Amino acid sequence: MRLEFTDEEQAFREEVRSFLREQLSSEIRDKVLNGYELGREDHLLWQRRLHERGWGGMAWPAEFGGPGWNSVQQYIFEEESALAGGPRLIPFGTRMVAPVIMAFGTAAQQQRFLPKISAGEEWWCQGYSEPGAGSDLASLKTRAVRDGDHYVVNGQKTWNTLGQYADWIFCLVRTDPQAKQQSGITFLLIDMKSPGITVRPIMLLDGGHEVNEVWFEDVRVPIENRIGEENSGWTYAKFLLGHERTNIAGIGIAKRELARLKRIAARERRHGRPLLEDALFAAQIAQVEVDLWALEITNLRVLSAERRSSAAGPEASILKIKGTEIHQSISELMMRAVGPYALPFRHEAMEAGWQFDPTREPPGPRYASTLAAAYLNQRKLSIFGGTNEIQKNIISKMIVGL
Amino acid sequence: MNFEFSDEQRQLHDAVERYLNEQYGFDRYRSIQRSEAGWDPSVWRGLADLGVLAITVPAAHGGLGFGPLETLAMMGDCGRSLLLEPVLSSAVIATAALRAFADEAPAGELLAGMAAGEKIAVLAHFESDARFESQWVTTRARRVGESYRLDGHKGVVMHAGAADTLLVTARTAGEAGDAQGVSLFLVPRAAPGVVLDAYPTLDGQRAADVYLQNVEVPASGRLGPEGNALTAVEAALDIGLAALCADAVGVMQALVDATVDYVRQRQQFGQPIGRFQALQHRIADMLIHLEQARSMSYLAAMRCTDENVGERRRALSAAKAVIGQAGRFVGQQAVQLHGGMGMTDELKVSHWFKRLTAAQLMFGDSDTHLQRFAALTTGG
Repeated sequence: MRLEFTDEEQAFREEVRSFLREQLSSEIRDKVLNGYELGREDHLLWQRRLHERGWGGMAWPAEFGGPGWNSVQQYIFEEESALAGGPRLIPFGTRMVAPVIMAFGTAAQQQRFLPKISAGEEWWCQGYSEPGAGSDLASLKTRAVRDGDHYVVNGQKTWNTLGQYADWIFCLVRTDPQAKQQSGITFLLIDMKSPGITVRPIMLLDGGHEVNEVWFEDVRVPIENRIGEENSGWTYAKFLLGHERTNIAGIGIAKRELARLKRIAARERRHGRPLLEDALFAAQIAQVEVDLWALEITNLRVLSAERRSSAAGPEASILKIKGTEIHQSISELMMRAVGPYALPFRHEAMEAGWQFDPTREPPGPRYASTLAAAYLNQRKLSIFGGTNEIQKNIISKMIVGL
Repeated sequence: MNFEFSDEQRQLHDAVERYLNEQYGFDRYRSIQRSEAGWDPSVWRGLADLGVLAITVPAAHGGLGFGPLETLAMMGDCGRSLLLEPVLSSAVIATAALRAFADEAPAGELLAGMAAGEKIAVLAHFESDARFESQWVTTRARRVGESYRLDGHKGVVMHAGAADTLLVTARTAGEAGDAQGVSLFLVPRAAPGVVLDAYPTLDGQRAADVYLQNVEVPASGRLGPEGNALTAVEAALDIGLAALCADAVGVMQALVDATVDYVRQRQQFGQPIGRFQALQHRIADMLIHLEQARSMSYLAAMRCTDENVGERRRALSAAKAVIGQAGRFVGQQAVQLHGGMGMTDELKVSHWFKRLTAAQLMFGDSDTHLQRFAALTTGG
């Protein structure tokens, strides 16, 4: 038993660090490290740089143009990138629809879609949830009716992340209303420019626009854009859920943000002394830190076990639940660290791509200006991606089995 | 012991509840929140007509001469309605500060104007770096002939932009951290040298950092004797803290009600999600927090004018600690149980959650008060 990475893995880590030093622009890095939003162009630029290095696909096997990283390499990349201030990757293209296309798509679909995903030339979003189908996704109602060599799609998707930037959407639609719920679902790839698609922003409590409703009105989708068999969509979606879930804890991001919390707490003062030295605050930071250390090791154990067997246990749910709780704790502590100066809420400080106007300093320290918005925004972590309650159901179903 | 409200208190509560239900629904709140000023003078007139602004103004100055229990009776509905107008800042806190000097003509006149809804005043006390330490005053007042010159920086002054008059604490003697040497001044918001950096707060209210640059205040603008104002200011802040607690409890009640409604009607997996035991237990936990918070808001109202300052502070810190923790749990879980909808701006849930989040940050958070309570309990 050993905690240390192998020499090979260390060498890979150095390679990643070197890439980040050379390719991560200071503009993007500063935004990430200071908690400002990235814009569409930032994400696209980063994906292009990764692609140029041959890393656009990361986990993709060589036959599809990827470097074929194993999960340890993916973990190392996530950690190093997060610590260096690299953008959190948008998963829908490279990590969600691409594996489905590789596993279940035709050669034509693979050739049509995969290269552009890797290169960041086409932006993908997800069409799963509906107003009536959240946790109970299988009850989805968006209807696809066969009409010659097209499907005609009608319905409404919600909680669609960054659809306002997207070129394509992968959708679960109902093709057989008579069948048992999971058995009547088809996996479609839909061009966002198709006539009949409307994207409507959903404003969140932090004033930001990151999710949308997507309306489908008689949208015609060529059957070439169906993945696999009609009515087998749920199988492909489940494949996605079990696939590549081992980086959902976001260990690297948590480490970075914990360090940021400590820097803030060192600068804030209570009773004339740094907040970092305040016994109560220091204890809370310590609690998060030990929880994170434990989660890091749990995550490594999961990666290590994966090498031997791919049988899915409750690990993904454990990582998701604990990871989200840690992230939420850190954002809450950062907000509380700045005390009253978490109250001013200048909306422009949150907007994508915004840079501080040097002629207009915020009230209080600069680092305070985004902390309340981040705390509010991160309440979503225990809800999206499968609520933590559902995750606990998954765990207990596997463990208790009653 | 007795936890009933008097008939008069109940009437006041009912009148405020009725007015806010009719005049301050969610749409009205939204449009006021989006407005430039962030508050509505016609709402202020409506509150004046109800007597809300006169509740704690002494009868001799056109008020009703009531106290913290009457304030308690109406603040819950202010929270529930997400009232954005400066009731807490002006009608409760500034009024309390002025009451200590009511026999001085400028204070008495201002109180009468406030009771009638014609004037708004807010207390600008906490320094930008004070972190709610009330003795940490660095704003200075230099005596120059028959007047004073004020210089300093007050941080996150709630509703400063709505005020006609700022009640500003400044040192005429002593060093930051000294209890003695703090004086209180009436400063017109529009006075030369007063600069406001105004902004919305995270819950949609308005506040400002107030910069005082060589602001001239006549000697008549000083309230009470030089250097002796801190006791009265702290007494006003304690009354304000109790009122803030009551506002937070009103918000928590609204969140529990809304969450119960939601889980009863939201269906997933072929049934209302309120059938799932995990969610039922979560709501039970929310109720426990709510009732504990309500109890402490009663304690705060009953103790916030206690002559024994140590006991008063101890009770208020206990209240703020409990209510801060309760507000955090109830707010977070209300959002969680509403699922994705709880994250939206569209639903009222997130607005209530933000009001509780802001309340936690005002007057010091639950950790600050837990430490204060411990210090006051063990003797430091």
